[in-house]
Amino acid sequence: MAKGEIVLGCLAPHPPHVVYAENPEQNEAFAEGGWETLRWGYNRLARKLKSIDYDAMVIFTPHWQTYIGTHFLGLPKFKSKSVDPVFPNLFRFNYDISVDVELAEKMCEVAGESGIVTKMMRNPDFRIDYGTITSCHMLNPEWDKPLVTISSNRNAHYYSPEVMNEQASALGDACAKAIQESGKRVVLISSHSLSHRHFVTESPLPEDMSREHIYNHSQYVWDMKLVDLMRDGKMKEVIDIMPEFTEQTIAETEAGGLTWMMAAMGYPEYPAEIYGYQSVIGTGNLIAAWDPLEATREIVL
Amino acid sequence: MSDPEILFGIYCPPHPQPLLTPEASEGYGRLRDAFETCRKRIEESEADLILVYSTTWPSIIGHQIQGHPEPEWVHVDDDFHYLGSMPYKFKMDTEFAEKFRECAESRGLQSRTVAYDGFPIDTGSIVALKLLNPDNKIPACIVSSNMYANRAETIVLGKSARDAIASQGKKAVVVVVSSLSNRMFTEHIEPAEDRIHSAKDDEWNKKILEFFGDGRLEDLSQLSREIHGQIRVQKVVAYKPAWWMSATMGQHNNYTGEVLSYEALHGSGGAVVVLTPSKGSVGDKEFDEDDVEHYHGDRGVLDAGSL
Repeated sequence: MAKGEIVLGCLAPHPPHVVYAENPEQNEAFAEGGWETLRWGYNRLARKLKSIDYDAMVIFTPHWQTYIGTHFLGLPKFKSKSVDPVFPNLFRFNYDISVDVELAEKMCEVAGESGIVTKMMRNPDFRIDYGTITSCHMLNPEWDKPLVTISSNRNAHYYSPEVMNEQASALGDACAKAIQESGKRVVLISSHSLSHRHFVTESPLPEDMSREHIYNHSQYVWDMKLVDLMRDGKMKEVIDIMPEFTEQTIAETEAGGLTWMMAAMGYPEYPAEIYGYQSVIGTGNLIAAWDPLEATREIVL
Repeated sequence: MSDPEILFGIYCPPHPQPLLTPEASEGYGRLRDAFETCRKRIEESEADLILVYSTTWPSIIGHQIQGHPEPEWVHVDDDFHYLGSMPYKFKMDTEFAEKFRECAESRGLQSRTVAYDGFPIDTGSIVALKLLNPDNKIPACIVSSNMYANRAETIVLGKSARDAIASQGKKAVVVVVSSLSNRMFTEHIEPAEDRIHSAKDDEWNKKILEFFGDGRLEDLSQLSREIHGQIRVQKVVAYKPAWWMSATMGQHNNYTGEVLSYEALHGSGGAVVVLTPSKGSVGDKEFDEDDVEHYHGDRGVLDAGSL
């Protein structure tokens, strides 16, 4: 069996607003549009994914929060409705997803062997979080690839962002090893915003773009610092400053997704493909991808 | 407006073990018994409203209030999914929910009711309502805990609840769903071996329960920041349940306090406490934080400082 490999890594933020604005048939709410910079960036990255041969998407989500280890979806099908607890007015999405249970079990096994506390989630009533659905829908609206969803263990809450970095790195190493042993071609998805301070009010028309801007300039400057480092291919440096970035901007990186993905990909020293940056209800959202294959790597923006 | 009629208050934990696996440990069973005692008290009271403030329902856009008349779903907890599913169908007091929203807005708060099929009611609210009101004999209302809210906003939210109860002439039981210390073990444990995560957490929990036992709710409210620093995992900006509970129940220490049970729930501190309004006061302190009636939003400290 050939060694499995990671064929692309995607930073894919999950504000439900982008699904809302796309008006897919699965979502009950209706929008007049909005957040085009993000949506068009997502559309372009989705087109790139169509040109890549891969077997499964593996997504690390901040909205399946676990404190007792790292959990993996462990049943082949989940069909239900996901309602965002924060923005139920925008996101009520009827989903029907397939899971690559074999790959999930392999990751769970290898992570367990490396000392990480793990658990397979096999309750059929479990509801898939809106982070997983938003990122995966925007990257693959046809939903024709199986997923593996990994919960975010909240080390940053119990210990510190530094411990989060250590443990998410260890999980990334374990997942990379599991992918190699699986023989599969896998797309990794780190589902989160960068800076993550929200406005606590919402305009009467949520998609009114005249109201949308970053929460404050400090958040913007930090976000741009990370974008610059990504463009320069300095992902080890990004991860090294991750604890400070996370604390300064209340960043959603606190869940460990970007650290996990970069560790699994060996801390790329090549430029990230930048697909778009835009604020959503004050948070900073970047769509980016890391293509290990130089021949297909692009300068997008 | 006359004072609201709040029959008593209940402080109870959000974890699903007392609902799903009370037989798994003696401690979980004792918590279940304490919930059962509260259920009987509610049924024997003249309550016509159960008002729940849940720390496991975080919100961002202001304060969300459940407005669906009969929310129904099968819920599964993120961490404890292996313990089983929690099917529920609740009866909500939608007129009260709208009044609560109106009262919150009139005090300067951002608030909205949510009434969507399939809305994910949180584990803590489900555990509380299924154990305290299993047959939906009394209509309920659930309010979220805004993740950014601090003391002033939370106190004003409590006063809004008080306004709404008084204006509708309700006889309410107030339920706060929150653990004490909230640090769980980060690995799987045998329920029979469950214990409070650390001696420090246990000592602080017992000190808090001493206050509860003495009916010193406003004193606990005043100690919230200290409690947050000592025994709360820093997931949100503050330990808010005592602020909300005290503000809703009248900001005093005049209660008969009963600690019905105190047990470990995967390392965190779970207690079922009943506070019944009474005469007299214990342990009055010099309260040194502002009482606030109206929420004006964040102060522009940087703008003011630059003048």
